[in-house]
Amino acid sequence: MKHSTIKTMVAGAAIAASLAFSGSALAKVEGDTIILGSAISLTGKYATNGLHTQRGYDYAVKVINEKGGVNVGGKSYKLAVKYYDDESTPARGAQLAERLIQQDGVEYMLGPYSSGLTKAIAPVSEKFGVPMVEAEGASRSLFTQGYRYLFGVLSTTDLYLPAAIEMAAASTDDPTKLRVAVAFEGDPFTADIRIGVLEKLAEYGMQVIVDDQLPADLSDMSTTLTKVKALKPDMLIVSGHSKGAATAVRQLDEMKVNVPIVALTHCEAAKVQEKFPKTATGLLCPTQWVETLSKSDKYFGTAAQWNEGFKADYGEFYPTEVPYQSAQASAAVIVFKEAFEAANSFDKDKVRDAISAVEMETFYGNIKFSEAGNNIAKPMFMRQIQADGSYKLVEKFGDMIFPRNIDY
Amino acid sequence: MWDDLQLLLVWAPVVNIQLILEGVFIGAIFALSAYGLALVWGVMNIKNLAQGDFVILGGYLAFAMNMYNIPLLIILPIIMIIMFVYGWVIYLLMIKRILDQDMFVSLLATFGLSLVMQQVINLFFGPEVQTIDMQLPVFEAFDSMVTVPSSKLLALGLAGIIAFCVVLFMKRSRMGQSIRATAQDPRAARVLGINTDRVYAFTFAFNSALCGAAGVLVSIIFVIQPFYGITYSMGSFAIVTAAGLGNLPGVIVSAFGIGLFTKYCGFFESALEYAAPVGVLLSVLMWRQITMRRNRQVVR
Repeated sequence: MKHSTIKTMVAGAAIAASLAFSGSALAKVEGDTIILGSAISLTGKYATNGLHTQRGYDYAVKVINEKGGVNVGGKSYKLAVKYYDDESTPARGAQLAERLIQQDGVEYMLGPYSSGLTKAIAPVSEKFGVPMVEAEGASRSLFTQGYRYLFGVLSTTDLYLPAAIEMAAASTDDPTKLRVAVAFEGDPFTADIRIGVLEKLAEYGMQVIVDDQLPADLSDMSTTLTKVKALKPDMLIVSGHSKGAATAVRQLDEMKVNVPIVALTHCEAAKVQEKFPKTATGLLCPTQWVETLSKSDKYFGTAAQWNEGFKADYGEFYPTEVPYQSAQASAAVIVFKEAFEAANSFDKDKVRDAISAVEMETFYGNIKFSEAGNNIAKPMFMRQIQADGSYKLVEKFGDMIFPRNIDY
Repeated sequence: MWDDLQLLLVWAPVVNIQLILEGVFIGAIFALSAYGLALVWGVMNIKNLAQGDFVILGGYLAFAMNMYNIPLLIILPIIMIIMFVYGWVIYLLMIKRILDQDMFVSLLATFGLSLVMQQVINLFFGPEVQTIDMQLPVFEAFDSMVTVPSSKLLALGLAGIIAFCVVLFMKRSRMGQSIRATAQDPRAARVLGINTDRVYAFTFAFNSALCGAAGVLVSIIFVIQPFYGITYSMGSFAIVTAAGLGNLPGVIVSAFGIGLFTKYCGFFESALEYAAPVGVLLSVLMWRQITMRRNRQVVR
């Protein structure tokens, strides 16, 4: 009797489990809703940027749904995103991506935040043939692995700082005489940025007089700046996420370092213009997107209109600048909308082919994917921080304040 | 590296002065947190892997209070008191239960505490890098080649005062003497009427207060981030190991030595700056192993 009770319980559990799985296998399109999946950093060290990304996705979903949703096979579908918190951990991200695909039946993915997390999740979506449009993994190496289902709407890391080097080259008749100091963190993302910088410096024949690798837990770069002060380079380039930007700007001030051109990444994320207004003046900062961009699309209108709409919804979080991470997240959702309609199907391979054929102008810039999956139609933009703390778009050498000379 | 060596020689003493100053500043911070670690290790035999996280917590509390424009000289004692109470609570909730366990239990427990503290700080303050900019003047010499921010001088001065008070407290006060007696022989101390449980609680809380003070100083001269504790934990372990367990004055000398060593390592290869304390730790352990083997007497 006992034995049969156990048998019945096991059988019941098995039936319940199979029903649960068969139900979730249909979850990619539930009724009139298309479910996109995303493992995103809502806690952990990337939580801030993870939230910027999530808000960008949610804002785009809201706007697209308000404008009639996605039209497939003559029927209108709403978009929705199923999120899991990857806790800023690559292993957790990969685990959750598998859960989204296998248990929840998601067949279309939006990317996580950061190149590291994207690197962890891309093999999973690739394994199951699930198209993933990502907006926050800029590492060039993501697009050299031969992935077929991975598409990135943003400019890759090798394009982050070359524009600043081009402007430096334009400041002199003989760029080969320019002496440059570079300091980069050693993580894969920043190492990719470094490769792009060194290639560009070599192209102009500029001399690299300091080439330092900054540690991951960077809170002091006084040794690098001691060398910079002694060697007086013509240009200083620093990249190490927001901690690198904050540390560099703080210590440029404390050590009274004056270099004619200083370019660094992650200025906005580190809020250097708010924390160190005087020292931040004249810094060149690359950005994926600016709200003054003269690009538009039929969903959001111009870049400025997207900015206004986003601020209307999330202004409490962004009293001054809206981060570009949110803008590119919205752009990733538009790609899916266009691809579903072009494919006129929910078949994931047809959707994948439609994504690879996407070629359009958006408020975020033009989007056209290479064979490798990276966006080859949008450049990086370079901005310079002004004395009043504002960011000014600089497209050529003549637009920028030169030399940067701060009276500390 | 050859270029860096040339630079060091060509620009000497100017570059060296800057490096020595930077080494002294970081050494002063390390000294505070290492002193606390040495106490906890020596008295209670607890290897506190969350040491650096206590420092970062102190830094974040200072950052939070600074937003209300409270002067630093008021922030510092308040944070030391808050961290003292926090340390006492952690002792009662956790450390007390692992006192008699083996080394791995204390390592695992404090590692867990470290993770929890990181995530709680992250939850409340976010992952952004923070700092307190006191807008104090910067002194300069040798045509601006050597610069000394007054914030760093202030931090050095405060670290010195705190260290002096701690040494005085340990030598003169009843509790200080009890701590030293307990460190030497807890059983004998108990026989002599010392409440060792109270001494342990006080020692852990005292360590927490010292870390809090170090955190305040870190937040005014460097930047803080919820996950930066490991730097200060490693530094503290290296200092205590290099100084030798129980050698409290040696901790201060060792802290300044490692501060200078890290700066010179960083000058030649910046990635080595943060690895230097680990290098010192390994070198000291290997040296001890070799000398112990040499002195070991074997019955043949």
